[in-house]
Amino acid sequence: MNDALVQVREVHKVYHRGSERIDVLDGLSLEVPEGEFLALMGPSGSGKTTLLNLIGGLDTPSAGEIVVGRSSLGTLSSASLASWRAGHVGFIFQFYNLLPVLSAEANVELPLLLTRLGRSDRRQRVATALEIVGLSDRAKHYPRQLSGGQEQRVGIARALVTDPTLLLCDEPTGDLDRVSAEEILDLLEELSREHGKTIIMVTHDPAAAARASRVLHLDKGRLSRESGT
Amino acid sequence: MRPLRLLHQVGVVTQLSLRTIPQRLAPVLVAIVGMAGVVGVFVAVLSIAEGFRDTMDSAGSAEVAMVMRAGSDTEMSSFLRGEDARLVADAPGVAHDARGALSSAELFVVVDLPKKGSGTPANVPLRGVQEAAFRVHGKPRMIEGRIFERGRNELIAGAAAAAQFDGLDVGTTITWNGNPWTVVGVFTADSGLAEGELWCDLRVLQGLYRRGNSVQSVTVRLDSPEAFEAFKSALHDDPRLNVKALRASDYYAQQSQALVAIITGLGYLVALMMAVGAVFGALNTMYSAVASRAREIAILRALGFSALAVVVSVLVEAFLIGLVGGITGGLGAYLLFNGYQAATLNFQSFSQVVFTFAVTSSLVQQGIACALLMGLAGGLFPAVRAARLPVATALRGL
Ligand SMILES: Nc1ncnc2c1ncn2[C@@H]1O[C@H](COP(=O)(O)OP(=O)(O)O)[C@@H](O)[C@H]1O
Ligand SMILES: [Mg+2]
Repeated sequence: MNDALVQVREVHKVYHRGSERIDVLDGLSLEVPEGEFLALMGPSGSGKTTLLNLIGGLDTPSAGEIVVGRSSLGTLSSASLASWRAGHVGFIFQFYNLLPVLSAEANVELPLLLTRLGRSDRRQRVATALEIVGLSDRAKHYPRQLSGGQEQRVGIARALVTDPTLLLCDEPTGDLDRVSAEEILDLLEELSREHGKTIIMVTHDPAAAARASRVLHLDKGRLSRESGT
Repeated sequence: MRPLRLLHQVGVVTQLSLRTIPQRLAPVLVAIVGMAGVVGVFVAVLSIAEGFRDTMDSAGSAEVAMVMRAGSDTEMSSFLRGEDARLVADAPGVAHDARGALSSAELFVVVDLPKKGSGTPANVPLRGVQEAAFRVHGKPRMIEGRIFERGRNELIAGAAAAAQFDGLDVGTTITWNGNPWTVVGVFTADSGLAEGELWCDLRVLQGLYRRGNSVQSVTVRLDSPEAFEAFKSALHDDPRLNVKALRASDYYAQQSQALVAIITGLGYLVALMMAVGAVFGALNTMYSAVASRAREIAILRALGFSALAVVVSVLVEAFLIGLVGGITGGLGAYLLFNGYQAATLNFQSFSQVVFTFAVTSSLVQQGIACALLMGLAGGLFPAVRAARLPVATALRGL
């Protein structure tokens, strides 16, 4: 028994494309203690997104076990997995994945609609989340009225608003200019340091990885090299 | 998950999907128009049957009885002697007024008249009635001219017949079989069957068509609807008579059955064939809706919304498409066809029955219910596909 927040044990992930068999993850194991800011690096197609999706319960491994907190994801039905996601994980995507028909605050409020919180509590939480990401003055704006950096901050506010322990970020700065990227990284660092969030961040960018407390490299289905900072 | 929480999720997801309708308006409109078309045709065709049945039903009241020869199904094939008619008039249960028994012995022949507009000849019943006919039948009332005089070649035209056929203006003389007839009046009969007929003096008709004193039927007004059973058994038990008695309401309902069944069957058949098309249309629309919403659905699923909420939201949208299409089609049929007057051949008498399309609220409701079912049928598979959408894959697909 150990108390790492995320435990990935001997996980395999196989995709089939026609008759071709792709072993994306090949017996990968990983432990992420609570509060860690982990950066995952690796060449394109090495399976970083796949691993993140498995940890977030968006996909299921071909073999092996994933435990997050007290939940062994393989034992959950798809319905309980959905409500587990709602309560425990915040996703931050490279392309933000905001809903264009909703304003910034409505986007941030979405995950709260799955909770028992009443309207005024929700509003309070949305305001706090937008304040943390520095976008209080853009609450009524629609995604198309925001810059990429601002959209990503809305994405982060949405991931934060339910106060999950785990934030999964898939190349959060991959589509941003350097200045916006720095701002986002500052924000993630702050969330880790001041709010105690456990963060797993996939990135291509060595400068982004440098912000993390630990960097892992994924290659050929395994974590081939590990280096601390 | 508690049902209420599911409902809440469904509400949120549905609201989101409805908001994206403006971006995919064309296929949604196509589906709505398809549904409206099916419902419109369905309701219009059935309104024909409904209107025809209405006309036939109001042709007879429960207080009126018809007597024909035993074994005859229609007036056409019935034959009664003059003395049979007198025995019927004397039977118990027949109502009387100051002028005597409310009984009308009747004979009808089929004459032809050109249809207004097209001019094609059509069969119209010319009915010889006795003096009491106006007090026996529904509520015939003269609206123009006067009633025919006894013993003269005069006729009066039902209002619907006058509207449908040429040559029935008051004062006109028409010749059939070498016999000249003068139109002396027009009557209404509460939109009943008689409105599509021509009436004249029984004696005159018997003479001109060499029927001696024979008739085809006797129609009587009873003291009350309850008097019918006694009236009927008295006739059946009378050894001098070989007749059967029917309530007029039953007789006319029977007469309309075959045609109503044909029209209704046709209506369902046409609607069914069109419905198959409309369901495929809806299916297509909902598949493309799901495809274009794939990313939105994946995002919601990633945030923790349940697959069931997604399924229900797709079904709700399909259901709404059905509802809008159904209401449009039903309302359209009502505005276009309700009250539209038409004439059709009554297969039993081989003469024209004039009736109006009746788009009833129950027909419209049936049409809307059909559209809702079509919507659900069209939404089902797309909804399941939406739920099965692999979230991880959909999030990748940019
Ligand atoms: N649904 C899928 N079906 C088949 N192959 C897939 C699927 N998803 C990902 N892959 C393949 O798995 C490999 C890893 O993908 P991914 O995890 O996205 O890599 P990374 O995020 O490191 O670039 C790639 O070769 C990709 O083409
Ligand atoms: Mg990736």
